[in-house]
Amino acid sequence: MIAVGALLHTKQLSRSPFEIATALIVPVVQATLAVYLFRAGGEPGRLLEAAVGAGLMGVWSSVLFGSGGAIQNQRWQGTLEMIMLAPRPPALVVLPITLATALTGTYAMVATLAWGRLLYGIPLTFADPLAFAVAVPGCIIGLGMFGLLLASTFVLLRNANALTNTLEYPIWLVSGMLVPITALPGWTGPIAAALPTTWGARAVREAATGSGPVWPSLGVCLAISLACLALGAIMMTHVERRARAAATLALA
Amino acid sequence: MSEYAIEAAGLRRTYRSRTGWLRPQRREVEAVRGVDLTVGNGELFGLLGPNGAGKTTTIKLLNTLLIPTAGEARVCGFDVVRQTREVRRRIGYVFGGDRGLYDRLSARDNLRYFAELYGVPGREQKRRIAELFELVRLTGRENDRVEGYSRGMRQRLHIARGLLHRPSVLFLDEPSIGVDPVAARELRQTVADLAATGTTVLLTTHYMAEADELCGRIAVIANGTIQALGTPAELRHHADGRQVLEVEAYGVGDAQLAAIHALPGVREASVTVAGAAQLLGVQSDAGVDVQAEVLRTLDGVRLGRVTARQPTLEDAYVAIVNRVNAQTRPVEAVAG
Ligand SMILES: Nc1ncnc2c1ncn2[C@@H]1O[C@H](COP(=O)(O)OP(=O)(O)OP(=O)(O)O)[C@@H](O)[C@H]1O
Ligand SMILES: [Mg+2]
Repeated sequence: MIAVGALLHTKQLSRSPFEIATALIVPVVQATLAVYLFRAGGEPGRLLEAAVGAGLMGVWSSVLFGSGGAIQNQRWQGTLEMIMLAPRPPALVVLPITLATALTGTYAMVATLAWGRLLYGIPLTFADPLAFAVAVPGCIIGLGMFGLLLASTFVLLRNANALTNTLEYPIWLVSGMLVPITALPGWTGPIAAALPTTWGARAVREAATGSGPVWPSLGVCLAISLACLALGAIMMTHVERRARAAATLALA
Repeated sequence: MSEYAIEAAGLRRTYRSRTGWLRPQRREVEAVRGVDLTVGNGELFGLLGPNGAGKTTTIKLLNTLLIPTAGEARVCGFDVVRQTREVRRRIGYVFGGDRGLYDRLSARDNLRYFAELYGVPGREQKRRIAELFELVRLTGRENDRVEGYSRGMRQRLHIARGLLHRPSVLFLDEPSIGVDPVAARELRQTVADLAATGTTVLLTTHYMAEADELCGRIAVIANGTIQALGTPAELRHHADGRQVLEVEAYGVGDAQLAAIHALPGVREASVTVAGAAQLLGVQSDAGVDVQAEVLRTLDGVRLGRVTARQPTLEDAYVAIVNRVNAQTRPVEAVAG
């Protein structure tokens, strides 16, 4: 059920003209951003790292806008009520949606790397290709589960967009997708350590550059994600009930 | 299996909404204020009422989308608040309009997704989906994206979706809205067939003829409470002792309508626009012949056909609803 759901939601998402336009433009911008940031820093050797980081930013944006936006869209389409009406635990109904958004986000990663190669000649030589191939999907699934936790708040809030927008950049920064965590003020450390995005980003970067062992980071990422999933599932059940009491499943 | 498909006792629902952010203003709408009803297994039950009467809210209370503020309800013997999943397994919900579907997916993918959600076994899915496309006459268009569908086709797809898991209770909220007359007739046939094979149907509609033709029993709801309940024949008694005069006219003013309303023996008077003409309907006590007086009041207005007839279900409905309005808005009633 989760597989079919994720597949069909991916289909639905990837056919939106808005999404397609965003998906075409954003990776180019991100690749460019990454390249110039690091050129300015005078570290051309780390271009690949930058491109991978930019790609991860794309995945995260997709998950965030996805779990917020997809829930909001479904509210507009009137499908939110219909899927919540299914005799299933609400978390199981929403998980495919967030997974689908992570999947569409994967494309952002691939596209950013491709454009980076094409426009700026970033060499795509991964230190550990196998680990990279595992870390990316692992990271994406982790993000999808994290998305569920986010989504549970979106089901309740009729005005989810505001929250989505405020969450995008801080998480990019704090989880060190673009700038190394060590460059951030100390108080962000604990926050970063609790976010699965941090560990996912680290695993992917390690796989790309060979700067450290991949598996521990990926393991921590997945463990935190699973905790998010469990928490998200509990939240979702609670939130679904609240939403039925507050009548926020429908628009009017 | 429980004796009744649907039981509701003292069902209430208040919507609370807040507007304004800095200085929030609370607004409360009592959409449903004490609904009691029971619907037997296999019954086709109609819910009629003016806009905003609380029909949709009542349906959403029964189908677990909303939690009642007070009162309780059971569907197939399961409590709608505590045994949500048991209820959901057994019900289908179809609402009117063109929302509620994934536009960018094909009709088949839409059904496949919901079949999956409702736990229709994989082996059976294909057959069931084909069967339903047949039933709602969408065979041949299964693989088209829903965004290219017409209003009526979407509506039919909606119905197919609602039937995927063979629900024993079906909630239909204005299913015939925006459906052409031929398709509406087919739809009525489908609903009648479902009821004949034992599905309980709770239907809301604004088309009196539809309710009259389909429903075994009808509840008229207004202002959040049931105003009248019975078979169509029983409801027609609310217009007993009345007769109806219909006058085709061109240019009846408010003053004239008020004057007709004030004539002795006149109970209701209303004007509906039918193309270029107006249709003036006057309900009066059967013993009083108001025709001459009405026509005198309309002096100077160009008139068409004048007919006197027996009251229909629609007239009874108008009588019931206007009685409620007269009770709740006494000032306006005097002025009108
Ligand atoms: N989500 C909501 N928040 C606040 N008020 C609501 C909400 N939904 C409905 N209402 C109000 O509750 C009342 C009953 O609405 P409901 O939709 O049940 O009417 P209805 O009988 O289905 O009308 P219609 O024939 O137009 O479909 C209306 O006054 C409506 O404005
Ligand atoms: Mg309604």
